[in-house]
Amino acid sequence: MAILISDKVTKRFGGLEAVSKVDLELNEHAIYSIIGPNGAGKTTFFNCVTGFYTPEEGKIVFKGRNITGLSPDRVTRLGISRTYQNIRLFKNMTAVENILVGMQPHLKSGLLGGIFRDPRTNREEKEAVEEAVRLLTFINLKGKGDLLAKNLPYGEQRRLEIGRALASKPALLLLDEPTAGMNPRETQDMVDFIRRLRDELGVTILLIEHQMRVVMSISEQISVLDFGVKIAEGTPLEIQKNPHVVEAYLGRGAASGLGQAKPAD
Amino acid sequence: MNIESSIWKKAIQTGLIGGVISLLLGVVGMVAAFENTYLISGVITMGQILILAPFLFESYSAIRHASSKQPLNLLVVGGLTGLMGGVVLAAFIGFNQLLNVRSVLINVSPDLITQWTFNLPLLAGVLVLLVAALITGMIAAGIYLLPSRIRGALSMAVLVVLALGLFRDLIITVILHWGFVQYIFLWIFAQVGMTIPGALVVFVLVGGLVYWRSGIDQKAINLRRSPKRQRIIRWGTIGVLAVIVLLLPQIMGMYFSEILDDVGIYVLMGLGLNIVVGFAGLLDLGYVAFYAIGAYTLGVLTTSEAVGLLHLSFWAALPLALVVAVFAGVVLGLPILRLRGDYLAIVTLGFGEIIRILVLSDWFKPLLGGSEGIQRIGQPTIGTFVFSNQQQLFYIILAGIIVAGFIATRLKDSHLGRSWMALREDEDVAEAMGINKVITKLLAFGTGALFSGLGGVLFATKVGSVYPQSFSFIVSINILSLIIIGGLGSIPGVFVGGLVLVGLPLVLSQFADFVYLIYGASLIFMMLSRPEGLWPEARRKLELRGEESGPSPQENPKPATSDAGH
Repeated sequence: MAILISDKVTKRFGGLEAVSKVDLELNEHAIYSIIGPNGAGKTTFFNCVTGFYTPEEGKIVFKGRNITGLSPDRVTRLGISRTYQNIRLFKNMTAVENILVGMQPHLKSGLLGGIFRDPRTNREEKEAVEEAVRLLTFINLKGKGDLLAKNLPYGEQRRLEIGRALASKPALLLLDEPTAGMNPRETQDMVDFIRRLRDELGVTILLIEHQMRVVMSISEQISVLDFGVKIAEGTPLEIQKNPHVVEAYLGRGAASGLGQAKPAD
Repeated sequence: MNIESSIWKKAIQTGLIGGVISLLLGVVGMVAAFENTYLISGVITMGQILILAPFLFESYSAIRHASSKQPLNLLVVGGLTGLMGGVVLAAFIGFNQLLNVRSVLINVSPDLITQWTFNLPLLAGVLVLLVAALITGMIAAGIYLLPSRIRGALSMAVLVVLALGLFRDLIITVILHWGFVQYIFLWIFAQVGMTIPGALVVFVLVGGLVYWRSGIDQKAINLRRSPKRQRIIRWGTIGVLAVIVLLLPQIMGMYFSEILDDVGIYVLMGLGLNIVVGFAGLLDLGYVAFYAIGAYTLGVLTTSEAVGLLHLSFWAALPLALVVAVFAGVVLGLPILRLRGDYLAIVTLGFGEIIRILVLSDWFKPLLGGSEGIQRIGQPTIGTFVFSNQQQLFYIILAGIIVAGFIATRLKDSHLGRSWMALREDEDVAEAMGINKVITKLLAFGTGALFSGLGGVLFATKVGSVYPQSFSFIVSINILSLIIIGGLGSIPGVFVGGLVLVGLPLVLSQFADFVYLIYGASLIFMMLSRPEGLWPEARRKLELRGEESGPSPQENPKPATSDAGH
């Protein structure tokens, strides 16, 4: 069953079509990757899905519901959560607090609850902290919860950001280059970790990734964007053989060098 | 060789800076203003301290950064730095002899020159000045070479003596109604400043006490005590402090009670602005608007004059005034939700001015009295008791602060407080976490406006009248400065900032002319050397809560000595 459907989504900035009529269908519990050269419109597409941008054309359907044009907080409340290419934690808050902010959609106490600390608010707060500590354990940051986010090492910041995204209990998790800037060892850990997210938590994962090794080993389906247009879709094997993809990455000469049929314009 | 010469270059540079600071203090008139303010009777005046203190500080900083810590080397660096400071003053004096600069710098009076030259003939005076500067620099080196324990005791003792001397008049007005205790104090004080024996006794007492205390490892003692005893001690301290605060107006007398009231109102508003700026990161420069709205609403509703409406009692008008202020906060909040940073600052600044101009306008004159304002504003009563004088009003203001402090403390550690901080850290991401930007920001604006409105209400009833002039832009800046000095986002910081920025200028009437100079200088200094404020915000431990025994995190950072430093 498709959890996310993108139907001819188009996003323009002035004259530039950053995302152009992109169709995508994401099955539940899948690990799905979007790849493409720099500036291909991958992150813009993420921003359209999460409500940060409103696409000019097309629609985005999540769990059968049209979410096009909803504000980011509404989209998150419906069950889509994300991380960022350049880590964007709340740097001056502790790790636990970062996760607690991520739990926003499930916390109900407001102004009066905060002031008067009624039993319900206290219970909610206590459970939230316990849940946050469980999440810390899951992302392997136990014992570091009271450190400021900015004081954590790079790899732990990456995991914390994912932990924060998981705190809203999303059905769909969008990861924007989760292995950027990591060495091979850290990258492998991250790949295993992403698999665990899907296998243990049942989260559907949509991934932007540059490292081909990661993409090919982890993804079940891949879409390739180039200049905002989806030029290919398929399993890792199909993508590797696709001449359009090779051309987009390596240039026309390389593509013809493979001896495949020349791509039509 | 190269390194060696760079040390001297650095010392000369630092010395010149010290000289320029000292010169500046003279040129703006501060030195002359304290010409006769003896700190120790017949020995040293505040003016002389102002001349020499910059040399001391700059020499000390030059010494601290010197690469070689050989005592002789340090003495030379310190002396050279101090001397360079003196040279700047001497050069200025010489320049003034050739070309009378008074027509441009009106404070450069013959008086100032005689002060710079220690009441001696010009040439001899300049020589003495240079020597004094040299010695000051070497003293700095001497201080640096002392063991840190002695250095701490010494500097604290000197600061206390200087502070006692400086505040002599005020202390006298307070202690005069303390019964027999006053005689002890009267003995240490002369007609101006302290007596020499008094100064010596205080110096030895304070120095000895600090030296003795610094030898005790407080942490180790705390750990040895049982948790129960720790708790008793903590609550005991809180209890004693509470009693002192409650008795403050009686201890301090009428004059200080008025100052306390002013500080209290600013602290109250600081607590509110701290929510808007410190917690939620919304730079609001029009905070005075809600202060004005609170004050005027109370004025209009309670005045016994003809301009008012309804003529309610204070307590009946209070909630209405607060509702109006909060409403204004939300109404202002709505259109500016999309603005960030500097744009937000400009728009709120405009809003503050609009309110003041509206109040002044002919349009509202029948209701708000225009530039004549509103007089005879109602006072709070309980039964037949009227809170009419400054000492009694202190308790009403204190109640307001307690409520505001309670709300601010609770909200800071609440889910809403975290949402505010998330918005402050990164608005886009906060939204992506499911935080409703509109509601969360409006709650911050509303709560801030509530405290500001309450401040306005208390101000109106304290003064008994309101005029448009009381609600100028500078009020917003003062409150913003005090929370920045105290530490953005920190609740104890608001109190420290209020005492330092509002209290000190009121207490030191001689400083009145230089208030904004001191504001500006201290803000720049703070931003450069201690941007987190005097009492920085501490994040609460949540994961390992309770696993650490010891004081709660809010008590962890040591309060900066707020009064002694100035």
